Amino acid sequence: MTEGLLKEIFENFNQEIFEVGEFRGQLYLILKDRNSIKPLMRFLKERSFNHLQTLTAVDYSQLGRSYRFEVVYQLYSISNRCALRVRVPLKEEENIESIVEEYPSANFFEREVFDLFGIRFTGHPDLKRILLPASWKGHPLRKDYPLEPEEKPEDFLSLKEFKEILATHGIK
Amino acid sequence: MPERKLQYKEELFSTEDPFFTPFEIQMGPQHPSTHGVLKLRLVLEGERIVDCEPEIGFLHRGLEKLAESMSYTQVLPLTDRLDYISAMNNNTGYALAVERLLGIEPPPRGKFLRTMVCELARVASHLLWLATHALDIGAMTVFLYCFREREKILDFFEDICGARLTVSYPKIGGVRLDVEMGTLERIYDFLPEMEKRLEEYEGLLSENRIWLERTRGVGVISAEEAIAYGLTGPSLRGSGVEYDVRKHFPYDAYPDLDFEVPIGKNGDIYDRYLCRLKEMRQSLRIVKQCIEKMPSGPVCAENSPDLDMLISKRAPVAMAKGEIAFIGFPFERVNLVPFGELYSAVEGAKGELGFYIVSDGTGKPYRLHIRAPSFVHISALPKLAKGHFLADLVSIIGTLDIVMGECDR
Repeated sequence: MTEGLLKEIFENFNQEIFEVGEFRGQLYLILKDRNSIKPLMRFLKERSFNHLQTLTAVDYSQLGRSYRFEVVYQLYSISNRCALRVRVPLKEEENIESIVEEYPSANFFEREVFDLFGIRFTGHPDLKRILLPASWKGHPLRKDYPLEPEEKPEDFLSLKEFKEILATHGIK
Repeated sequence: MPERKLQYKEELFSTEDPFFTPFEIQMGPQHPSTHGVLKLRLVLEGERIVDCEPEIGFLHRGLEKLAESMSYTQVLPLTDRLDYISAMNNNTGYALAVERLLGIEPPPRGKFLRTMVCELARVASHLLWLATHALDIGAMTVFLYCFREREKILDFFEDICGARLTVSYPKIGGVRLDVEMGTLERIYDFLPEMEKRLEEYEGLLSENRIWLERTRGVGVISAEEAIAYGLTGPSLRGSGVEYDVRKHFPYDAYPDLDFEVPIGKNGDIYDRYLCRLKEMRQSLRIVKQCIEKMPSGPVCAENSPDLDMLISKRAPVAMAKGEIAFIGFPFERVNLVPFGELYSAVEGAKGELGFYIVSDGTGKPYRLHIRAPSFVHISALPKLAKGHFLADLVSIIGTLDIVMGECDR
């Protein structure tokens, strides 16, 4: 199954594919460009890849690659029992096309990636923050976002003062 | 009954109707039937739902960001807090993903023990689902009965590892502790009793007229749509798709065991209810086989990394013991952990629970993404709820079996 499929993908998308590989028995495909993602997804959906297992992104800024983000699509074909991962490299401030039309389950996944990484999906029906409040600043899963904020919220500061007052009375 | 259901299913509303007067209400996040902190923005016309928009994130704790600053072993207790009703499945899923990355294979007894506790946790989770789902629809007795049996399973967990909900019992390379023979015998004696109890629940609900009226023909989704909207687990199998991670990507002791995957036909709430009941029977069957076939030997692989044990502490201990092959986690960039990325899924109680790990060679995961079934199921909620009555929405939320701890992460 996988050999025939790969051959078919190479016939149709030869120009766009950068690398094909395998790690721990899992097949992955890296695209050269973000523009071919929608036609490729439509092609794979026609080849019975009907289950989108997951959609996520990775920030590669600490590993010194030529691009910053990578959007990852993990697909599975329930009838043929065959899995395929598609990875699309993205530079900073680049958009990528939404695949909600092909896979409706991508709706929340894309909103999550937008919320936590700040990658915009063009053509998404309702792209807004999902896990964090709308007024939040920054995108937490980027590597330059600190784990602990430099300025602590007011509550914590007053708690610290309170502990100091307690410590003067010998209470710890 | 069928005529009435069909009638309102076929009726379509149009916004061009001059008498169309929609109004908006907010359901949740403190509503008892939303099973946690799910908030729904509903547009109603009379009692009928025109539009439904879920708002989530009230329980967001930033698990994925936290995991990037911890070693692989330290992340394990965090996964308890995902689906806190069946924590065994989450631990197993994470441990399995790291095992596949490191190339560790647990010993047979470890595999069987892990499978056994996973299935017990699945039964406990389904019992809680049945209890709250029946309570939402109005059956109070089932709620009390289910909690009685769930208590017994939690007592078994307490015997096995000392904790009831946040267990952290499975670990990378096997399980944390061996199980005493007496505990196994008590679990074995519990199985026929549980079978009898299941019949009791079925007697209360399966032919109950109120139950049938509230569940048949409500929340229908076809097989193609269910796959497209990303439903997994019993919610998908109720529509007649035979997709089970235990069969499609076999892990642990499942390839050695004999069990069936029950599927439904109509894809409505009643079929999903039957599916979960049958699944509980299959789980009991798996637990029985596990105890009968339980091999002896160690429960954890020798080269498994310990909880909170770094290479600087681990190396002298291993040298003293004369071990050569061990895996430690340095935080510096040393290539002890292989470079690469992988996606590994298990069949959680709610559906497909996946972990996507990117490794950069250090002891910390470079990126850990969790594919939570509840997160995807909530995205399918508007599709299921549109056109139904407000009272039916409560049973639709119940049938998807969502847990907000897993959804918001």
